[in-house]
Formats: sequence, C-alpha cells, structure tokens
Amino acid sequence: MRLASWIAPGGGEELALHLGPDDSTVRLLVLPAWFDEDGGLRHFTVEVLRLLAADGVASVLPDLPGCNESLTPLEGQTLDGWCEAALAAAQAHRATHVLTIRAGAALATALPGWAYAPLAGKAALRRLLRAQAMAAKEAGQPESAEALLERGKAAGVTLAGWTMGPRLVSDLAGLDLATGDLAVIAQEQLGGPGLWLRAEPEHDPAQAERLARIILTDLAR
Amino acid sequence: MNDTDTTLRAILRDVLGLGAEQTAALTAESGLFGHLPELDSMAVVTLLTEIEDRLDLVLEDDEIDGELLETFGNLLAFVIAKQGLG
Repeated sequence: MRLASWIAPGGGEELALHLGPDDSTVRLLVLPAWFDEDGGLRHFTVEVLRLLAADGVASVLPDLPGCNESLTPLEGQTLDGWCEAALAAAQAHRATHVLTIRAGAALATALPGWAYAPLAGKAALRRLLRAQAMAAKEAGQPESAEALLERGKAAGVTLAGWTMGPRLVSDLAGLDLATGDLAVIAQEQLGGPGLWLRAEPEHDPAQAERLARIILTDLAR
Repeated sequence: MNDTDTTLRAILRDVLGLGAEQTAALTAESGLFGHLPELDSMAVVTLLTEIEDRLDLVLEDDEIDGELLETFGNLLAFVIAKQGLG
C-alpha cells in the first residue's frame, strides 16, 4: 500500500492510495462514498482493496478535489468537476475497472465495474440538509431543510460542517440514482447492516471479505 | 406481519444496533424517540434517510414531527400510508 500524488483537472495536487501489484492486468479505480459516509466506510473500503490486492488485483483510491485529505476547498467543487476528476484519475492510473461506493456511483466513468449500495446524490444531500436542520433546531435557531436548500442553491451553504457552493448544491439536489452498466452489489449480499449507518464507524471483516469475493468471482468469469 | 413491518424493524435494528430480539418485540405502543437511548438526533437523520432508501419513498420535512417518532405504531402507520398501501 502506498500513497502517491496525482494532478487533478484544475491543477490541484491530490493524493491517491495504491494497492496491489504494479503489473496487474486489472486496475480498479475506486470512487468512495461522499461526506460523512466516506469517513464511516473508509476503513471497510481499504480493507476490501487489501483483500483484492492479496489476490493480485491492483486498485487506486484517489482523493477527488475537496474530498477526504484534499487541500482544495469543497466550496468550489461541482458535479461536472468531480466527473472530470474521476475520468482524469482513471486515465492517470490506467484503470480498467471501477468500483463505486454509495453516492460515488454518480461519478462512474465508462469503465466496466461495480456499484456497491449505490445512493442517489440527492439522497446524500437530503441527509446533510436534515442533519443541519436538526442541529439548527437544537441550537435554538431553527431553519427548515427546505429553507437551507433554497439558501444553498442561491448562495451556497454549510451543511453539517460541509461548505458547498451554490452550483454543487443545485447539482446534487437534482441528482437521481443512475448506475448505468455497473453491476449493483446490494447491502443484503454482504450479510450485515451497512457500515455507514452507525455513528461510531465499525469494521466488519466478514462484509469486506464478501464484497471482495463478489468482485473476484465476477472477474474470474 | 407484512413486508413493510419487517423492513421497518430491520432498519431500526441496523441503524440503532438493536438486537433482533429487541426489534422483534416492538409493538405498536413501543416508544421510539425519547425511549430508546440509541435514537439520538443524528440517528433520526440516518433512520429517515434509510427508510427513504429502502422503502423507495420521500418524506417531506413538514410531515416529520415528534408524534411520528413517538411509537413504532405511529411510524409504521405513516410509512404504510406513504406507500399508498394503507
């Protein structure tokens, strides 16, 4: 496992985690979950990639601009920008397949691959709007999720700690679930509750094992 | 016990980390918000998102009030009505 940097469109230097052999014929681009779900699922995601690497499958988990360890502010990001960044990451790392996690499905490139427990971008946004509305209410300054959305579309907004510009808010608000040709891996196939559900991130080695096994089985076909 | 009932119990189990026995024992009168310590405000947000995701419906802001989450029966009746099955 090694960290390397890559240059995203716009010129920002971003990090990417590489796993597996350099000479692997399969090179998996991993597009992680978004916002708070990314934190809850990162340990699990890396564990899946470790298992794949042990079977000779190489993968790369890039930070997209404004996400994870990126130093680029989230505020200036847009859906198109993230799609371009995902494409650039695929090319930079010569990816042959893609694995998307939750809302990451929205950025899937034309590569073949898998969408794990896909979530619509608008559902990911709604979760943040609700969390912010709840926090505002508890702070004694109630603002409805609907009002927050309108404010966000007009001028940008900070939702549960995530500061988004107006374009990203508008982009996500209209983003339905689309998984294209990707094979959808449903949470039920992993034999336990989704790890994004819990406030305290937990790891479940058995779920990681099952997800890796599904991908390896598909690749062997 | 219909599918929605079963799914709702499974969602509560998964989101709150309750045991299968505890969710199976929920009755219409069982208290939720204010009764289950696991159900804090962030868990409410996760619960609502997961209900929408797994049961394929959209809950409007103004439909969500204290009464909705008061008991398991209230939440179940509301979800079934939203599905148009009630």
